[in-house]
Amino acid sequence: MADGWKWANGPFGSLESLQMLAARIRRDVVEMIGGDGATGHLGGSCSCADILAALYGAKMRHRPSEPDYPGRDKFICSKGHAAIALYAALAETGYFPREELRSVKQLGSMLQGHPDRLKTPGVEAGTGSLGQGLSIANGLALAMRLDGSDRKVYCLMGDGEIAEGQIWEAAMASSNFRLDSLTAILDQNGLQATGPCAERFRTDPLPEKWRSFGWHVIRADGHDIRAVLEALDEADATKGAPSIVIAATVKGKGISFAENVAAFHNGSLTKEQYGAALGELDGRLGELMAAGARGR
Amino acid sequence: MAKTQSNQRAAYGEELVALGRENPNVVVLEADLGKSTMSCLFQEAFPDRYFEMGIAEQNMMSTAAGLAAGGKIAFAGTFAVFAFGRAYDQIRQTISIGELNVKICGSSAGLSDFGDGATHQAIEDVAVMSAIPNMTVFTPCDATEARQAVRAAAALQGPAYIRVCRNPVTDCVGADSPFEPGKCRALRKGGDVALFAHGAMVGAAMDAADALEGAGVSARVIGMPTMKPFDYAGVARLCEGMKAVVTAEEHTFIGGLASAVALALRGSGVPMDYAAIGDQFGQSAGGAAELMAFYGLTAGDIKAKVLALLR
Repeated sequence: MADGWKWANGPFGSLESLQMLAARIRRDVVEMIGGDGATGHLGGSCSCADILAALYGAKMRHRPSEPDYPGRDKFICSKGHAAIALYAALAETGYFPREELRSVKQLGSMLQGHPDRLKTPGVEAGTGSLGQGLSIANGLALAMRLDGSDRKVYCLMGDGEIAEGQIWEAAMASSNFRLDSLTAILDQNGLQATGPCAERFRTDPLPEKWRSFGWHVIRADGHDIRAVLEALDEADATKGAPSIVIAATVKGKGISFAENVAAFHNGSLTKEQYGAALGELDGRLGELMAAGARGR
Repeated sequence: MAKTQSNQRAAYGEELVALGRENPNVVVLEADLGKSTMSCLFQEAFPDRYFEMGIAEQNMMSTAAGLAAGGKIAFAGTFAVFAFGRAYDQIRQTISIGELNVKICGSSAGLSDFGDGATHQAIEDVAVMSAIPNMTVFTPCDATEARQAVRAAAALQGPAYIRVCRNPVTDCVGADSPFEPGKCRALRKGGDVALFAHGAMVGAAMDAADALEGAGVSARVIGMPTMKPFDYAGVARLCEGMKAVVTAEEHTFIGGLASAVALALRGSGVPMDYAAIGDQFGQSAGGAAELMAFYGLTAGDIKAKVLALLR
């Protein structure tokens, strides 16, 4: 790209294009939940939207038109309740038509309430029972190592999720096996289903914990896509140990009335809230489009 | 002729090595019990494809899922209690819903770890594993059948559970006789009564049939090496015209062979009884035979159940 954007990947050739992807992921998330009283995991889906945009729009090697492309990098959404954000990222990057998103959580849909590898193209492994994704990611990384492949594995975890003991079994295993092809990303939005993580069950100090488990720790603003990509590049450059990006995020990011509100972990939207959320995200998309036009 | 015995665990380890030689995609995971399950044989032969996961069965099972999602055929072994119990959620959520190629070896199953007591005796594993959709459950009766089950598990697409006994078991199956996954395995002909069994209880059922012959009763013996999918039609067919049917399993009567045969027989009017563990845990004992006798799992118990039905 003329502006020197080093993460250009397919249709996403600029920071603005990735920011628009993130805004569209959030917009899809809101549409999937709707305004008719149905519940959905809004908060934790919006907190990871920029991370997903960085991965699916720029960082990962993958072919949406060929979900089983053998050279693809792998993504495990260990926080499976962010399924709707994952579905939005998959649809927006071309794994399946956006119209499919309307069927989410309906009987017979390819889009289940939690990720299902057999039903949804692009989903590598089922998640939903928290705390298991990092182990799965380890297994994928081991399989790729046996194959002599340089492919990467990414695993997105929630900060409430890491109270699960299996995460720490897996964390020890990642460093035991020196899985430097694995990058974990912690979506540290600070809230779990019933309130602040720190008040529910303390897991700090996180950087020290992960370091003592043998991980290379990188901290980043999880809503600054450039910072996320720089962190992921640093992970690539780290050899002999797994890396974790501890991404500071805001639950409900991008929808002002939902930001930092635990009730939107798995909440419903009133008609008014639904309209306001879409309006805010459309405004954001308009700004980004205008900025992109000025940039050109 | 004296009956010979063999060890299923050795057979498991040896067959893994044979599979590993044939297929570079076969990998093995273990949680510090490789010297008990005998997967250590695979470790010696293929150290790069053997993963010692430490004493962390849940992580082992999900890692096996990841290896399978990455194209491998992953055998994950540990004691049966820790496989089906400690790692149940991992087996259900990722492996089974995702139909991943993870083959779980539940070793030292049933009461066979006689000394270690209730915490180490898997008496409900067949029921629990059978209840999971997409899961195949193999319950081999001897070393030969254990080898065949390992091979069948590797060949099928999706998850499988293989139940293995700690102690030597009576050889019941000819090495060259074919193994049909999902089918009854007729082992002895007989015209009066039918005995169904799996695992170590097949040997006991064969002994019971010998004893019944002496009492003038002709008993057929049918092994059930696949408990899921269960061969309901085959069982019903083999029970036609029988005066009595008795099942035998080293497992709780709830959700195991007794339950499945009772379902197969529904409406037939054929009298049926079972030799199985009651609704209770196991306990320590000085030997396997002593424990089996305490829980009513001997050839004599099977014979007595048959004679009671014929009375």
